[in-house]
Amino acid sequence: MELVLTTHFGNDRYRHADTYERLGGYAAMRKAFSMPKEEIVAEVRKANLRGRGGAGFPAGVKWGFLPKDLSRPRVLVINADEGEPGTFKDRLIMSRGPHLMIEGIVITSYALTIHNGYVYIRGEFVREAEIVQEAIDEAYAKGYLGKNILGSGYDLEVTVHRGAGAYICGEETSLLNSLEGKRGWPRVKPPFPASVGAFGLPTIVNNVETIADIPWIVTHGGEKFASLGVEKDGGTRLVCVSGPVKKPGVYELPVGISLRSILYEHAGGMQDGKALKAVIPGGSSTPVIRADEIDVGYDIDSMQKIGTMAGSGGVIVIPEGTCMVRALSVLMNFYAHESCGQCTPCREGCGWLARVLRRIENGEGREGDVELILNVCDNMMGRTICPLADAAVMPAQSFIWKFREEFDRHVRDKKCPYGNTF
Amino acid sequence: MLARYPDKEAAILPTLHLAQREFGHLSGEAIDYVATLLGFTPARIEGVATFYTMYNRKPVGKYHLQVCRNLSCSLMGAEHLIEHMSRKLGIKPGGTTADGTFTLSTVECLGSCGTAPVMQVNDDYHEDLTEESIDAILDGLRQEHG
Repeated sequence: MELVLTTHFGNDRYRHADTYERLGGYAAMRKAFSMPKEEIVAEVRKANLRGRGGAGFPAGVKWGFLPKDLSRPRVLVINADEGEPGTFKDRLIMSRGPHLMIEGIVITSYALTIHNGYVYIRGEFVREAEIVQEAIDEAYAKGYLGKNILGSGYDLEVTVHRGAGAYICGEETSLLNSLEGKRGWPRVKPPFPASVGAFGLPTIVNNVETIADIPWIVTHGGEKFASLGVEKDGGTRLVCVSGPVKKPGVYELPVGISLRSILYEHAGGMQDGKALKAVIPGGSSTPVIRADEIDVGYDIDSMQKIGTMAGSGGVIVIPEGTCMVRALSVLMNFYAHESCGQCTPCREGCGWLARVLRRIENGEGREGDVELILNVCDNMMGRTICPLADAAVMPAQSFIWKFREEFDRHVRDKKCPYGNTF
Repeated sequence: MLARYPDKEAAILPTLHLAQREFGHLSGEAIDYVATLLGFTPARIEGVATFYTMYNRKPVGKYHLQVCRNLSCSLMGAEHLIEHMSRKLGIKPGGTTADGTFTLSTVECLGSCGTAPVMQVNDDYHEDLTEESIDAILDGLRQEHG
């Protein structure tokens, strides 16, 4: 099986420039510097590389939104604000292979005539930020960042910017505000970041994994990358599996592999003879599916066809014996905590969802509460500046649609049949 | 640090990180200091400091125990571990031990779900937690504290 990213992640020295280079690193950068810029962009388009942060927008197309004129300097921002519950792959890239990301930054910036890059790393990842900073320092020392890279006359400065604890900053316009020293409130679009982004300048925001794929695409060609995946969704993905499976962790797998194979072959199946009850397939914001729905390709379009999403690659495994009301309650507490407060439907709605679920779980549910939740959801979906409200609604609705009987039973019996615990 | 950004505003978050490291928490005085240093009003700085969860407006213990309570950690037993820590330390989440050694907090997803349950102690992650490993970590920190 062809690997794009993780081949050398077992090597503790791979995070250093010398080892990375000895194992073939920075060759793609040299190759890119000998290519016409538009040819690099064309290869990325051919690769069918779709954003790995959750939205799945084709990276090459996103790059094409930059204004044609070069009168205003452009900015590249790497979204390393990994915070979608269930997702822990960018942390792995940053700690095991930071030069993959840095080489991707150099190639992308060169191709798009960008001279300033920022890596926005979530504040909690203190150690990862240190590793990335050390790798950046090494790249500067080798002349791969800074002035006149490889004697090409091309300059690029890269700065690590640490967040300070806010899920919302994973949303790209909120991240840009946070980078600018403001509260992480999402911006109204348009204007889109490609025309008015960081510091008012045309900006491309790419996820860590997306940008780390770029060197391989330059080395092997876009078509080869595309061929690893499925139609319109190329390459491999870092799939994160958490919950009570035998081997939780990050697996690099071809896009389109079946979800069943991810769970039972790669993650080793369920722990201690537990049975599978449900799966949240792409991070906590994606609609839950039942155990009988896992014979589906793990790619953006196949997942969409069954009403859910591959999202950011975070597969959360829920075993039989788990109270779905309690599980949803945990998630809604999260969204209520993380709503930035800017839009009323989200600020109030997430709070309502969390409170009503808590009372249902605690045996204080009232008749009509489940309908109330669905009604609140209808008043949130699509009515806010950013997708955080939708991100709360999608699990809320799907948990109820797929496990309605459990919610009704809590309300009817005035208690949690699972004993109010996990 | 200012040289890395096109304007001073962008230095607010990193400066607050430094101030917290220096002063332990972001008191009103610390906010005023950062505001004067960067040339903004205290209100502008406070607006940022109160938005982000990692900036502590109140003092925290020497070791800030931040236990993830999100779904993957909950499925792997985080609720029971939080109760265990509460009992062991004699404080509820949000509280600080009388000697100022430990503050116990529950936090949202730390991005380490494959090694759940997880907690962050100051800058470091502790993963695959059990009651036994937590006891060992707390005892070790207590000895370090003297």
